Amino acid sequence: MDFPEELKYTEEHEWVLVEETLATIGVSDFAQDALGDVVFVELPEVGTEVVAGKAFGVVESVKAVSDVYAPISGIVEEVNEELPDAPEIINTSPYEDGWMIKIRMADAGAADALMDVEAYQAHIAEEK
Amino acid sequence: MQTTPLNQVHKDLGARMVEFGGWEMPVQYAGVIEEHLAVRQAAGLFDVSHMGEVEVTGEGALEFLQCLTTNDVSRLVDGQVQYSALCYPEGGVVDDVTLYRSNAGHFMFCVNAANTDKDFAWMQKVLAESGMDGVTLTNVSDNYAQIALQGPKADEILAELTSVPLQDLSYYHFCEGEVADVPMLISRTGYTGSGGFELYLPPESAAAVWLRLMEAGQAYGLVPVGLGARDTLRLEKGYALYGHELTSEISPLEAGLGWIVKLNKGKFIGRAALASQKSSGVLRRWVGLKMLERGIPREGYPLYSGDKQIGIVTSGTMSPSLKVGIGLALVETAYAVLDAEVEVGVRNRRLKASLARTPFVD
Repeated sequence: MDFPEELKYTEEHEWVLVEETLATIGVSDFAQDALGDVVFVELPEVGTEVVAGKAFGVVESVKAVSDVYAPISGIVEEVNEELPDAPEIINTSPYEDGWMIKIRMADAGAADALMDVEAYQAHIAEEK
Repeated sequence: MQTTPLNQVHKDLGARMVEFGGWEMPVQYAGVIEEHLAVRQAAGLFDVSHMGEVEVTGEGALEFLQCLTTNDVSRLVDGQVQYSALCYPEGGVVDDVTLYRSNAGHFMFCVNAANTDKDFAWMQKVLAESGMDGVTLTNVSDNYAQIALQGPKADEILAELTSVPLQDLSYYHFCEGEVADVPMLISRTGYTGSGGFELYLPPESAAAVWLRLMEAGQAYGLVPVGLGARDTLRLEKGYALYGHELTSEISPLEAGLGWIVKLNKGKFIGRAALASQKSSGVLRRWVGLKMLERGIPREGYPLYSGDKQIGIVTSGTMSPSLKVGIGLALVETAYAVLDAEVEVGVRNRRLKASLARTPFVD
């Protein structure tokens, strides 16, 4: 499994890429693998306020429904319009084409509190 | 947690294992959609050894089975299989089963894994209370592994490993024969709607037979298939699953299984309740559901007509063949109209769906 070093991660298996005050959010390789074939994605609308720790979207596999939680708070600036038509992108490219939303962070430093790749890998090892 | 004789085979194949009905079973190998489509287009191999088997033997077997089950056992001939149900006196379902007749004094039930102990206890109770003689009930679940070979290529694959004339074996019939040199029951039955066989074989031979089948099937596109695709395959065909479409609170008539309830065959458990339901009409009916908007109906989601809740989803998934959300639902009879437009409560939204004919795919 692949866990890019430049990303931050959450216990619920979301990832965040921070570029100044913009945060791109998706689900990790571990999450997509655990879900299996993703067949449906529900995303918020642009302009929606998301709150750290609260669900902002839903990913459904054939078998299961999973909420996706906002790692940090902010306003949705862009959503991945490709996903509703091609949800399987989350399986094939969880970190690139499979990104879910971009938010303008309320607090640019908020991502510092999230896990780095070492901490996340330790978290996964513990969950297994 | 119980394991089947094929447990290690699944792990060697890299299957994802889950708990199901007290058993550790493979939910998927390569992926649910890929496995599903392989069964529709070529063939799939399933470990269904968790299913239970109960033998009913003795000269009173037929009479006892007529009393115990809803279908007409007298119509079964040697080597034939019948889909049936065990009901409570109130009409709810103990289990849905297949019944195998070897001869007039020898029958075998195949029952749902999670219900095996409950069913066996129920059969024993019914037998004791009936006062019937000459009937022996034996839980033979541990004597059988079960492998399902399903899909349009199943005949060609099985023919590679057996000399049994499969073309002479009709749907819902079985015979004794050797596959890969192992004696077993070969049954032309299944839960996928894509044709094929269910093989009842000695547990100690299961791994060897599985590997021989996989080897023989390679050229035909045979893949191992887990419980995930087993569920999507049966849903596309509109087959009921106990615990979802059928429960102790849902009668076979409500579940659309009137064809396995033979009220005219004589006395059986649940007959009075079912006859009364039939004459007065059932209050709720089972229907197919097809999404008109993007979204997936899931078990427990409410169904609406306007502002009124008219029913509840009992099973749902994304159909890998149709690529739309499909489901089965129990709705008030007055609203159970084919092609009627309804709404499904999906989280905080209402999504349009239509009541659809099953099977969803041919």
